[in-house]
Amino acid sequence: MSDGTPQGYTTEDGRRIGGVLMEMKNITLRFGGVKAITDISFDIREGEIRAIIGPNGAGKSSMLNVISGFYVPQEGEVWFRGRRRGPMKPYQVARLGIARTFQNIALFDGMSVLDNIMTGRLTMMKSGLLSQAMWWGGAQREETLHREKVEKIVDFLEIQNIRKTPVGRLPYGLKKRVELARALAAEPRLLLLDEPMAGMNVEEKEDMSRFILDVNDEFGTTIALIEHDMGVVMDLSDRVVVMDYGKKIGDGTPDEVRNNQEVIDAYLGVAHD
Amino acid sequence: MPDQVLYAMEAGLNGLMAGVMYALVALGFVLIFKASGIFNYAQGVLALFAALTLVGFQDGQIPFAHLINAIFGTELHNFGWTLPAFVAIVLAAAVMVLLAMVIERYVLKHLVNQPPIILFMATIGMAYFLEGLGDIMWGADIKKLDVGIPQGINDTIESVTDSLLGYGFFIDNLDIVASVVAALLVISLTLFSQYSKQGRALRAVADDHQAALSVGISLRFIWVLVWSIAGFVALVAGIMWGSKSGVQFSLSLIALKALPVLMLGGFTSIPGAIVGGLIIGMGEKLFEFFVGPMIGGATENWFAYVLALLFLVFRPQGLFGERIIERV
Repeated sequence: MSDGTPQGYTTEDGRRIGGVLMEMKNITLRFGGVKAITDISFDIREGEIRAIIGPNGAGKSSMLNVISGFYVPQEGEVWFRGRRRGPMKPYQVARLGIARTFQNIALFDGMSVLDNIMTGRLTMMKSGLLSQAMWWGGAQREETLHREKVEKIVDFLEIQNIRKTPVGRLPYGLKKRVELARALAAEPRLLLLDEPMAGMNVEEKEDMSRFILDVNDEFGTTIALIEHDMGVVMDLSDRVVVMDYGKKIGDGTPDEVRNNQEVIDAYLGVAHD
Repeated sequence: MPDQVLYAMEAGLNGLMAGVMYALVALGFVLIFKASGIFNYAQGVLALFAALTLVGFQDGQIPFAHLINAIFGTELHNFGWTLPAFVAIVLAAAVMVLLAMVIERYVLKHLVNQPPIILFMATIGMAYFLEGLGDIMWGADIKKLDVGIPQGINDTIESVTDSLLGYGFFIDNLDIVASVVAALLVISLTLFSQYSKQGRALRAVADDHQAALSVGISLRFIWVLVWSIAGFVALVAGIMWGSKSGVQFSLSLIALKALPVLMLGGFTSIPGAIVGGLIIGMGEKLFEFFVGPMIGGATENWFAYVLALLFLVFRPQGLFGERIIERV
């Protein structure tokens, strides 16, 4: 199933997965002399939840940063929506419809929850600098329109009661949820989640898992996530890429990956020759 | 009412007006500091440069005339025209935007992710460079700036206070105009940063660069925008100060008076810059009025700095600055 037909496949719970949305071809990323990623290829399909897992230092975050444009790989090609993506700045990647969250939460602490989420829609706002500065009718109508969309996301993620709170004051778990909301506000084609459960307690993890599944289900958003909590990943994702020491050592459905000897070795810590 | 009280009121009012002038310069500092965490030492010189350019355009001076004459042995000075004030102001504003682009392209872009002290040093370099550039472009002589702002005693206020209190206050028309302009500037800047797309992007960049990038904000565009606005505020400050005391190179020193204003108001608050300016302006005039005669006068030179020092000791974030919370 992992190397499904070009038309996509159907998951066990009956969800239809479409064609290839993003394809990484032979990506190699170096920092000076250190290879963070070595010759990795995989694809992400329309509508699926795709996980990248691996032990600490495996290169998962580097891979996510390549996808979101924060790192530019020395070798390999990145294809998005059937087109090869040249070297791009992160903000340009964001405008292509790839939104992300960060492992160490990168929110605008001084701004309210609502304002934070509104920044997610910046790229979609049309009215120009002048009409914005003058606060002309167009700009005002646009603001109202975007507010409605944002309110929907706020309801969806159940954060109505903290809408006006400055983000700096929120507890960790809620910050993570606000970050997710901001990414969702951009109505992304591809949503990247960098360790969405890191540092959460069991209850918060369950909430987050539910939201991720709901987002995928409700909005049909394609999601790629990084996680090292194996249990969570196996429950959530349709297909899993396993990385170790910058190399891909497994790729397939959770079941396939679980039974892959190399993956088991990597997680149980078999000596590398 | 006893004369002493009336004189004090007049001094206080004039202090308020002077405070508006300080606030105008402080405003430029706050804008850049908020958006990029850079303390822009060049803000005062920016005001000077803007005023020089404005006068230059208005009088139809040929830029770099001295340089051209020295090299080619010509005798060029003027294009021989004078531009209306409005046109000259628009042109000067355009030059400030251009300057913002140049600063972003040739200075800031190369210093991304450097510690604040490096950027601070860069602005010191920029300050001296701009001062020299202003000199070469427009000449070092003191210039008269007149964009049609009324000057001199405001007769209405004088006659009203005279009939009410029996003593006519001397309030300069220029100061009144400056106050109105400053108020408009603050209101529009606040509205812009709170409710517009670019304003929100600006606050986002001020807060977290990475996160701003991830929602599709171009840092370079925001920096050009911020420095353009700061340049425009500098132009306004330059016009006001230039109209008051002529465009001269000591204008760049008024930036120093903005420092205590910022320490009072907080480096990150636009209303703080205004209130800080007013307190400093009024405080130094009243202090001079009451205490000055007892200790031999000239208190205006140091009062602001001592006040700022007290604030640093007891309330380092200023009146309106964001509270410094140490999370453990």
